[in-house]
Amino acid sequence: MATETEVIPEILAQFDETRSSLIPILQEIQNKYRYLPQPMLRQVAQKLDVSLSDVYHVATFYNCFSLEPVGRNLVQVCLGTACHVRGAPKVLDRLLTDLKLPEPGTTADMEFTVRTVRCIGCCGLAPVVRVNDNTHPNMSQAKVKGMLKKYYGKPVAREEVAQ
Amino acid sequence: MPKLRINGISVEVEPGTTVLEAIRFLGLPIPTLCHDDGLRDIGACRLCVVEVSMAASGRTRLLSACTLPAQDGMDVRTNSVTVQRARKLLLELYVATCPQSKTIQDLASEYGVRQVRYDAHKEQCIQCGLCVRVCEQQMMAGAIGFAGRGHHRRVSRPFDITSDKCRQCGACIYVCPVCELRCQASTATTTLCSGCLNFAPVCFQSYDDAMCFLEPCHACELTGPIRNDVPVKLRAGKTKAFSS
Amino acid sequence: MPRLNSIEELDKLRAQCVAGKDNDAQRPCLTVCAGSGCSAAGAEDLLTALRKAVEKAGMKDQIDVKSTGCHGFCERGPVMLVWPEGTFYNRVTASSAADVVASVCNGHKPVEKLLYKDPVSGKQCLTEEEVPFYARQTRVLFANNGRIDPKQVTDYLLVGGYAAVAKVLGGMTADGVVETVTKSGLRGRGGAGFPTGVKWSLCRKNGKPNGHGDVTRYIICNADEGDPGAFMDRSLLEGNPHSVIEGMIIGAFALGAKQGFVYVRAEYPLAVKHLQVALQQAEELGLLGDNILGSGMSFRIRLVQGAGAFVCGEETALIASIEGRVGEPHPRPPYPVEKGLFGKPTVINNVKTWASVGHIINRGAEWYSAIGTEKSKGTMVFSLVGKINNTGLVEVPMGITLHEMIYDIGGGIPNGRSLKAVQIGGPSGGCIPADLVDLPIDYEQLTKAGSMMGSGGMVVMDDSTCMVDVARYFMEFLEEESCGQCFPCRQGTQEMKGILTRICEGRGKEEDLDTLQDLGWLMRETSLCGLGQTAANPVLTTLRYFRNEYLAHIRDEVCPAKVCKKLIVYEINPTMCDGCGACVKVCAGTAILGEKDHAHKIDQAKCTKCGACMEVCKPKAVLVS
Repeated sequence: MATETEVIPEILAQFDETRSSLIPILQEIQNKYRYLPQPMLRQVAQKLDVSLSDVYHVATFYNCFSLEPVGRNLVQVCLGTACHVRGAPKVLDRLLTDLKLPEPGTTADMEFTVRTVRCIGCCGLAPVVRVNDNTHPNMSQAKVKGMLKKYYGKPVAREEVAQ
Repeated sequence: MPKLRINGISVEVEPGTTVLEAIRFLGLPIPTLCHDDGLRDIGACRLCVVEVSMAASGRTRLLSACTLPAQDGMDVRTNSVTVQRARKLLLELYVATCPQSKTIQDLASEYGVRQVRYDAHKEQCIQCGLCVRVCEQQMMAGAIGFAGRGHHRRVSRPFDITSDKCRQCGACIYVCPVCELRCQASTATTTLCSGCLNFAPVCFQSYDDAMCFLEPCHACELTGPIRNDVPVKLRAGKTKAFSS
Repeated sequence: MPRLNSIEELDKLRAQCVAGKDNDAQRPCLTVCAGSGCSAAGAEDLLTALRKAVEKAGMKDQIDVKSTGCHGFCERGPVMLVWPEGTFYNRVTASSAADVVASVCNGHKPVEKLLYKDPVSGKQCLTEEEVPFYARQTRVLFANNGRIDPKQVTDYLLVGGYAAVAKVLGGMTADGVVETVTKSGLRGRGGAGFPTGVKWSLCRKNGKPNGHGDVTRYIICNADEGDPGAFMDRSLLEGNPHSVIEGMIIGAFALGAKQGFVYVRAEYPLAVKHLQVALQQAEELGLLGDNILGSGMSFRIRLVQGAGAFVCGEETALIASIEGRVGEPHPRPPYPVEKGLFGKPTVINNVKTWASVGHIINRGAEWYSAIGTEKSKGTMVFSLVGKINNTGLVEVPMGITLHEMIYDIGGGIPNGRSLKAVQIGGPSGGCIPADLVDLPIDYEQLTKAGSMMGSGGMVVMDDSTCMVDVARYFMEFLEEESCGQCFPCRQGTQEMKGILTRICEGRGKEEDLDTLQDLGWLMRETSLCGLGQTAANPVLTTLRYFRNEYLAHIRDEVCPAKVCKKLIVYEINPTMCDGCGACVKVCAGTAILGEKDHAHKIDQAKCTKCGACMEVCKPKAVLVS
């Protein structure tokens, strides 16, 4: 959970104070804090002279943005056509069952956030699940438990995406 | 000056005129839901679609007249068989979405909708965006906007908190074509404009017949109106005057 | 690297690189495909292992180890090539690294276990050309993916990179460039197939000069490859980003644009990285920036990342996204070539379209228009995925038949199943049934069959796929990804999904089929943008070609393909069950009871129909009906 309410000046300094910087700025904040804290969005709206309603719409429109903090490990299940045809929905169901989630979301212990994604682009290796920066090819229901074990409680190696 | 034909009638218009404006100029009937003369058109409701063909290609398409700039050589039909079918199917879907809206019911019966094959959704909003646009473009406040995408899209206050930009003008309620933008102002968190919480309901202070097309909102029931002489119109035109 | 200030300096640099390579023509080089697909399969580990093995053999200065972009044969990854012979190895794991290096050091005898064996002829293939998957392809855009390191611009120069830019800046006119592109017959590879040259001509006609007499125009590369099942753009950007940059420089010259953008999906981190490196190197060399190669032309490219919205592949939504707005499309007309980014005339083209431009300039419009059919010229890149033996990326001339794609290149359907349908064009496309398998693939033929070329995603389906479920799946996707602005798409996708779900659950009515038809017509005719207008295609094509399957679900409450959960029952055949208990371990609903070595039984009340038991049962004792 971000304790800062101010977007660090380093982020804002990278961009022009124009409307077209809105999405890259939100992406920076999302990358750094793993979600978009409300006070920061207000500050961005003010800085770019964009209405808060507009900023809120952008923040709720795109899949990459989250207004709620996400779990330590982001699990993305690809539900693209190739993955679907090769059994991805069953992998998703198994994942949700094992993590006791009624639908894609964050576990109570904040360890995992499960999201569906439409096509990571590794269709030759369907079904595919991405956890953090690791891509797991040829998934099946039987492999889910083993895959989750690799991440539970383990430190997360995260690559900073350079802009 | 673009010269185009609408239902066989030739008309020359100023550059930048939309086909809808040209149609209205000729006095031809055309339904709209999300259009307002004082607001920028977005082509959301699709009810104003007309059949358009460009002289060159000869193929026709249905395009929303409100967003279509009139061009030289355009041939427009406002009531072709295709247009009629489109309107009927659209209105069938509108009735299923907002069955309690009188505006939509009237349109549906005007354009011959005889069956509704979908389950009623009883939604309160058709997302025409008039409320959002009037707040932003006429009131210069931008206190409400859309949020989400696709079937999650809704009209919303940022973070579901009434913005300090809202001046409680009531324009959003006034301009709503399905008259469904009700606030449930019994609690501070569900109020849209908070006017009634200040014991000064904007509805019947300024707009006698805009609000309360249906039940009076809870605020009126709980707090009572300021002006006892102004009747509050209920559903189906019945009026009821509160006594203090 | 020093900045190149003239075409002569570019030629000199290229000559230097070539000379440097020729000296070592026989120098062994191990190239490993490090595209996202092979990376997921372990390419990075393989590269590390190879480098270690080379060092251990003391051959660090004699053998190069290089990572390249996607070769296309994703089913067989990790994939590598050993030069100078061009020996092709597949399914290479890190543990085989030592063997590979040893073979190179000792007479280059190929490592047999890593060679591709043709399942039909049984023959072992030595090079890519011998592998049927590759043999039938005409690789133009992907020709160099297996040869160059995408992070080294010098590799690109070696294969003739930026020669087209030199040719254009060295004496062609903007008109000449547009004419060449128009004559080639190149059509937009993003999906709609609009003639590229015509688009460029239209854009050139538009634009008001400012006080200095300059007209501002923009060019954009649409790399928001959102179609599930399509990954050609990703592979091209990962493997040969300079080819796209080169095309854009030429386009900028033709259109008088000073600023270009590449809009890449956020879900493609490797493509973003390689593109960033490529842009940086191009800027360093002065191929981007002011006074490119001394021509006086200025052009810069900015990389913009998507934020996760399929609809942003639509050109006006993409433009809105670059402008910092939500990706809600704008009604057309006016088209972007008239009023686009920031209100200026803009040309948006797909990655593959831009990548084609350089080839057309180098080899001529006649060369390009000789490939393909009368109205669909050139090659097309398809991603062949789904129920097929050889999944991967395939580049073929337009006009090739589906039959050849699936059986000759794709190697047929696995597990002895039979072809049922091919879904082409992603969620905007349609399903082509198996009996149309002799259909030549080009824009016109696909449209006639009710489908669409789209960006080239080709998903093969066999008889274990339920077409009603496929239609429902696409509707679910489109309902989720619809921007929600216009009524027919937002409401129509919801209604259609609702009806299809009911049908899949055995609660459908025959009137539903007419309702679906009407809704489909409405969405096609009245939606604001291409997403809504094509959203009904999967439903309409499956209704057209697989009506019987719909009727089976409705009239008989049966799912012939045994997919729809509410219509199937899993049972264990007691005579075949050996009591191994493998199913119990994977059962999602803890519904299987039984003692070890005794026949097990499924408690239907608890069964979630996940099908995991069937997947793991070795004696195939689990039946579904």
